[in-house]
Order: sequence, then structure tokens, then C-alpha cells
Amino acid sequence: MEVLNEFLRTKGIYSLVMILFFLGVYGMVLSKNYMKKLMAMNVMQVAVIYFYLCFAQKEGGMVPILDGITNNPDAYINPLPHGLMLTAIVVSLGTTGVALALLMRIKEIYGSVEEVEVLRRASK
Amino acid sequence: MTQHTPVLIVLLPVSAALLCMLFSRIQKNLGSWIVIASIFGAFLSAVNVLQQVLAQGGQAVHYWMGNWQPPLGIEFVIDPLSGMLAVLATFISLLVSIYSRPFIKDEDWLHIGGYYTLFGLMTVGMCGMIITGDVFNLYVFLEVMSLSGYGLIALGGKKSMLAAFRYLLIGTIGASLYLLGIGYMYSMTGTLNMADMAVRAAAHLHSPLFALAVGCFIIGFGIKMALFPLHGWQPDAYTYAHPGAAGFIAGIMSKVPAYAMIRFLFYMFGVDNPVVSSALDVLGVLGVAGILIGSIMALAQFDFRRMLAYSSVAQIGYIAIGLAMGNMYGFIGAVLHIVNHAFMKCALFLVIGGIQYRFGEVNLYRLGGMNKKMAISSITVTFAALSMIGIPPTAGFFSKWYLLLGAYTGAQYFYIAVLVISSLLNAIYFFRILEQMFIQREASLTEVHKHKGKLGLPVEMVIPILITGVGIVVLGFYSVDIVTGIIKLGLPEVFLR
Repeated sequence: MEVLNEFLRTKGIYSLVMILFFLGVYGMVLSKNYMKKLMAMNVMQVAVIYFYLCFAQKEGGMVPILDGITNNPDAYINPLPHGLMLTAIVVSLGTTGVALALLMRIKEIYGSVEEVEVLRRASK
Repeated sequence: MTQHTPVLIVLLPVSAALLCMLFSRIQKNLGSWIVIASIFGAFLSAVNVLQQVLAQGGQAVHYWMGNWQPPLGIEFVIDPLSGMLAVLATFISLLVSIYSRPFIKDEDWLHIGGYYTLFGLMTVGMCGMIITGDVFNLYVFLEVMSLSGYGLIALGGKKSMLAAFRYLLIGTIGASLYLLGIGYMYSMTGTLNMADMAVRAAAHLHSPLFALAVGCFIIGFGIKMALFPLHGWQPDAYTYAHPGAAGFIAGIMSKVPAYAMIRFLFYMFGVDNPVVSSALDVLGVLGVAGILIGSIMALAQFDFRRMLAYSSVAQIGYIAIGLAMGNMYGFIGAVLHIVNHAFMKCALFLVIGGIQYRFGEVNLYRLGGMNKKMAISSITVTFAALSMIGIPPTAGFFSKWYLLLGAYTGAQYFYIAVLVISSLLNAIYFFRILEQMFIQREASLTEVHKHKGKLGLPVEMVIPILITGVGIVVLGFYSVDIVTGIIKLGLPEVFLR
């Protein structure tokens, strides 16, 4: 019990994030529908974002705003990973947008987004 | 005056690409000329910066964005290696941007503007990845390059949609793994600046997190550079990419992640620690498998473009084994092969794009009598093919020579056998094309775009083809100067001890 508690306290959240990441990869590899593959891709990207947010977290940390109460950096959580993840969210939005545009064209051309069906019509 | 040239390499194309649509709306060709001019400007800036670096005897030029000092701000670092690759990328980009004008000349403003916007952004992404000194900045440029690359691949027609979508899915896994790798490195070292990270990572070289990060980098960049078992997206993507841009995509897009991998493994971490050296062993095994399987698969193809794509898998394998040797000659061979292969693959894709433009034909068994119809292109193919096989004095010989030298110095004789076998396989599939082009009876082809006159193609297309063809031989003759004058000045510290 002690070991489990220790594990959950130190590595628990990271294990969950890893499970989420590989769930995304699993979905991208194994699902048969292109839309579902795209959603799995988003799950994977979100897992990376969670990872950054988790290691930026600090117990008892404040919002990093300069408000005159204290200038001690230990009192604040690290804002840099959050800043990075804003960029990563934008990138992931862009990727999703391009992917959706491509999917619309695939649907127009092949009349389906099911992998088996598309591949059958593409090989004709 | 010249202190701001490093940033111009990125700034000129990005502003031109973003304004391209507006200018295309006003006059449909204006936008494309502005993008081409900006790429030319970026090329001149890259040459200028490389000259500055060489004039300082290989000392890196640093540019601080907004004058924020490095550990906090983002910096651009141009050392001899990145300067050379920036010149290469902008030069190939310039050639291909001029070359691809006839393909879209007849389209409306939306197509022309969109094509050149994507083209400019892709140049930005590549140059940014090459010259940046910040690991997260590299991720952003990687995504800029990839996203515009997906767009350019999807422009190629009906079948390219599927290729682009698959590449998008697989490429995003690669980018996410890279991001995860940065996360590990950042949580260990607390910095994103490459030079700073290199210093601070020294204390953590034995932690398991570091091994995890290196694994993430290898797989992430391996996906992007189409290293052997991760190359699934690449044949379709290269085959169905827009024929105008295929030369650029095939020539540079897989080399830039290879460069980023070099930057991480050789310059930041150093090859003398156990984690990186075992990572290099993995890289070597994958490289060997890629060389053999890529060459054999290339033999089995009928489509010229698909054959070239599989040949790219093999050539990336050369770069991988050059790095895997972990000694100076192997490293020089790998870097030289990045440059040479960019020229060779670009030349071949430009030629097949030209044939596709004029005759709509890509089957390599229907190229009979091409030497009469398109003389200059046939000569370029000859040079490129000889260079691929590795016959002196073409460029390909010299990079293979350094690779052999590296394998000999490191007593890794297995690599020598692989290099020889792969050269023979290259000879088989390239002489097949030369036989078709020069000896076989003339194939009956219908002209899609009629062209009279001796050149066989519009002038805008012939000149880039000719330059890449001549470039292969010139690179061959000057390869000693490139090695001693540029690459040896910027060797990683590991080899200098």
C-alpha cells in the first residue's frame, strides 16, 4: 500500500498521461475510419500538452503575475511550459484544420472515409 | 549593415508568403514573383552569412531575436554546417520555385497564390529549422514545414489527398514525439536554448529520462526523415506530390530533420556517452536495413517517381550509417551526402516532372527516345544516375568515399559490404533508365503541353534542370574544398579532442 501511494504521488499522473498518449497512437494505428484516426491524433496531442502542464505544476504555487506581494520565484508556478503549450495548441489546431480539409476532399473523391472502402476505390 | 542578415533568411520569405495571396488578387502573377524574389533574397542573405562565418574562421554567428540574450530569448546560430545547409535549402528552393511556374501558369489567381504561399512557408520552415538555436523554436519551424508540405503534396491531384492525409497522421506522431522529447530535456535542464542545454545536460547523461528523450528524438526525426521502418508515408507522398514541388519536397524535406538529428546527437549531447552511442548503433542497423530494402524495392517499381522515392529511403540509409559510424570521416560523409543527395534527387524529380508536364507519362518503360526529344534533361539524368551509383567525378562518389573511409577507420567492415552491394543495386536500376532513354526505340507518346524547339521544355524549366545537372559535377570537383573549407571548420567538439 505504501509503495502504491508513493508511486501514485510521484509518477501517477505521468503514467496516466503516457497511457493517454499511447491510447492515441493505438487509435491512429488500429481504427478503420479516417475521422476516428484524426480524433485519436488529437487525443495524442492533448496527452503531450497534459504532460507539459503536469511538470510545470507546483504544490502551493501562485499564478505568475507580478502583483507586488512577493518577488520570490519559488512562490510561483513555472509559466514557460504554459506559454509553450499555447503555441502547441495553435499548431495542433492548424494540423486538425488541414486534416479536416483533406478529409473533406477525400470524402468528395471517394464518397467515404472508411479506410477499406477508400483503399478499394483508390486502387481501381 | 550585415548584422541583420541572419534573420532575413527567415523574415523575407515569411513576409512574402503571407502577402502573396493579396498580391495575387491584384495581379495573378505578381504574388508568385514576389515569393521568388524573396527566396532569392533569402539565398543572398544565407550566402552572406556563410561568408561572414567563414571569414571568422568557422566562428558561429549569433543573432538574438529582439536583442534578448540567449538563455531567455530565442537566438539564431549559424555555424559552418548550418550556414552551408541554409545556402543549399534556399538555392534548391529558388530553382524549384522558378521551375514550377509553367505547371500553374494557366490556373486562376487562387491556385497560383496558394501554391506560392505554401512554397514560401515551406522554405521558411526549412531555413528556420536549420538556423535556429532554440529547441522549441525548432518544433514550431518543423510544423510550419510539415503543414505547408502536406498542402503541397495534396495539390498534386486526386490520389495525393490520401497520401497527404496519411503523411499528416504519421508526421504528427513524429512531431509529438519530438515535443515529448523536448519536455523531458526541459524538465531535466530547465532551459530551451541549445547551447545552454548542451552544457546543463552533461550532469544528467546517465539518467533514464535522458535515454527516453534520445529515443523520442530518434523516432521523431526518423519518421520525418523517412528512416527505414518509419518510411511508410514516403513513397506515396513523393509519388503523388505536386510535380512542380516534388523536387523540393524530395530534395530537402527529409534532409532537414536529418540535420536536426545531427544537431542533437553530435553537437548537443556528443557521441561519446553510452546512451547516444547505443542510439547510433540502432541508427546503423536501421540504416543498413533501409539501404538494402529501399534498393530492392526500387528495382521492383515501374513508376519513375516511386522508384526515386524508394531510392530516397536507401539514400537516407547512407546518411544514417554515416552518422552511426560515429567517427569524423563517417560524419563528413553523411553531411556531404546530405548536400549531394539534395542535388541528385532534386535533378531527377525535376526531369520526371518535366516529362510529366510535356507527355503526361511517368512509366519508366515508356521513356524510349527521350534523348532526342529532351536532350538536356537526358544528360542531367545521366549525371544524376552516375552520381547515385557513385562514379567519379560526380558528387556521389565523394560522399561514398568518405563513408567507406569512415567504415574503414572504425573497422566496421560490414558497412563497406553494404555500401558496395547497394551501389551495384543502384547501378541496376539507374542503367535501366539510361537504357530506356538512350538506346530503346522511340515510344509513342502524346504531348499534353505541345512544345516546339530544341530545348524540349519551357526555358523556366530547362534552366533549373541544367543547373542541378551541372551542379552535380561541380559539387564533385569542389567536394574537397567543401570538406576542408566548410565542414571541417564546423566539426562537433567530440571529434576535435
